[in-house]
Amino acid sequence: MKAQTNRLNPQPNEGAEETSPYIIELRQISHIYNEDSVFEKRAIDNVSLKIKAGEMVALIGHTGSGKSTLIQHLNALLKPSSGMVLINGKDIHTDKAKLKSIRQRVGLVFQYPEHQLFEAEVFKDVAFGPNQMGLTEEEVNTRVKSALEVVGLDESCYHKSPFELSGGQKRRAAIAGVLAMRPEILILDEPTAGLDPRGRDEILSQIKHMHTKLGLTIILVSHSMDDAARLTDRILVMNKGCIICDGTPIEVFAQGEMLKNIGLDVPQISSLMTCLHEKNSNLPTGIFSVEAAADAIMKLVRP
Amino acid sequence: MTKITIGQHYPTDSIIHHLDARVKLIGTIMYIVFLLFVNHYAGYGVAALFLTGIIALSKIPPRLIFRGLRMIVFILIFAAGINLFFTAGETVLFHFAFIRITLEGIMMASHMAMRLILLVMGSSILTLTTSPIQLTDGIESLLNPLKPIKVPAHDIAMLMTIALRYIPALAEEMEKIMKAQKARGADFDTGGLIKRIRSMLPILVPLFVSAFKRADELATAMEARCYRGDINRTKMKAMKMTRTEFIGMGVMICFGGLIFLTRLL
Repeated sequence: MKAQTNRLNPQPNEGAEETSPYIIELRQISHIYNEDSVFEKRAIDNVSLKIKAGEMVALIGHTGSGKSTLIQHLNALLKPSSGMVLINGKDIHTDKAKLKSIRQRVGLVFQYPEHQLFEAEVFKDVAFGPNQMGLTEEEVNTRVKSALEVVGLDESCYHKSPFELSGGQKRRAAIAGVLAMRPEILILDEPTAGLDPRGRDEILSQIKHMHTKLGLTIILVSHSMDDAARLTDRILVMNKGCIICDGTPIEVFAQGEMLKNIGLDVPQISSLMTCLHEKNSNLPTGIFSVEAAADAIMKLVRP
Repeated sequence: MTKITIGQHYPTDSIIHHLDARVKLIGTIMYIVFLLFVNHYAGYGVAALFLTGIIALSKIPPRLIFRGLRMIVFILIFAAGINLFFTAGETVLFHFAFIRITLEGIMMASHMAMRLILLVMGSSILTLTTSPIQLTDGIESLLNPLKPIKVPAHDIAMLMTIALRYIPALAEEMEKIMKAQKARGADFDTGGLIKRIRSMLPILVPLFVSAFKRADELATAMEARCYRGDINRTKMKAMKMTRTEFIGMGVMICFGGLIFLTRLL
């Protein structure tokens, strides 16, 4: 287990002087689209945020709440209109030449990432990122192989065209393309959108694996309250460009009424447990997975 | 990137905006042809006056029309320059080494410049006052008489409409793909020409794939809704020739007549 951690993240930190306990820190960032025009839109409004290394965070919010805009600030694809973005305690916009290394350290997987596959072979496509980093061919090959292994694509897929793969496989190949750059932080924008339940479960369990086994800091952008509750230990709720709620799943989903007001909901199993709790107050609330709910009910039925 | 506008339609409420697109199309063609016949300064004067009148009627801010001229500044300087220095003439005004400026050269250059300026300003009125949809409708209707000789008028118009409709969508898609590849370390801004062209590949391949997919989906959707071209199809906004349209055509003919009169001067 330890060996694998080292394999995917060999370079601890280039700068030893980094003292910030937070791998990601946002200081009062705002982002305004089309500033000074009739179409001016404040997409991010004075957001401050701190994330520790090794955390797994879910970012939830309604369409248009600013989630996608926010995550594009973390790897410098967007520059905040005001405020500062710090990765490992360093402002990422001080040195323009370093943007490439920031993008390597903060891996961003976009929505429907399979749309960005372009090479004739899966292997070559995954190798695109590492190749751009100027690594040796050997190093590129090892990275590509281990990334494909992590997402569960075996050798039979290496030389297939990306277009021959199934939807779930395509998406995993695209995620491997980002993983092959060996980022410290992995941000996934709705990685399960449009997949069937099986493809969804596979991807989610692999993401969990990347977090626990490879020690990546993960930010998961999601629409699904169930996924967010099941996988992560911290949930950020966005609405109208602000983070309005930040806490553990129990803390966040306790505010069911507020979530409903901004067009979100609590996980299905939680609302069921709340209903049951009203009938029988011995049943606990704050349960987010079917398994945990089954356990709780069984305990009550057969103590 | 998402701010790409095709044509430059400036919607407002004016008599020129309401004029039938066919009249505006033919009128613009007539205007261009007449302009080519001008051979006297008085002709340009007439054309300039006529254009000023049309601009006033169209209620378009003049700065928008002048903005169109910015794009042809280089062509303008080049064309005028060529004419200025290389026109053979008798009355030499200025002679230094190989540079020879003649009165005829100045005349030629100023004719050329005025012609170009009036041409661009006049044709920009068409795109400013007519929405792309109206324009394609107009083209379709003008091509209709050619149907017996197998000109697919409706299909041409439909093609243009769809192409215009999908340009913003493609621009958005391209921006998305560029960001995704940048997140994977792609670099579009440095390196020589060959490297830059090569670096476009990761954008172009996904863009083409999605464009073909979109086109395929659109075709299926159109077929599912029983699209059969223009067979038995009616338009929500039928084009009609009313009094205004006939007056418009009349004005254009009078303008042509005036231009030919100036040739006699």
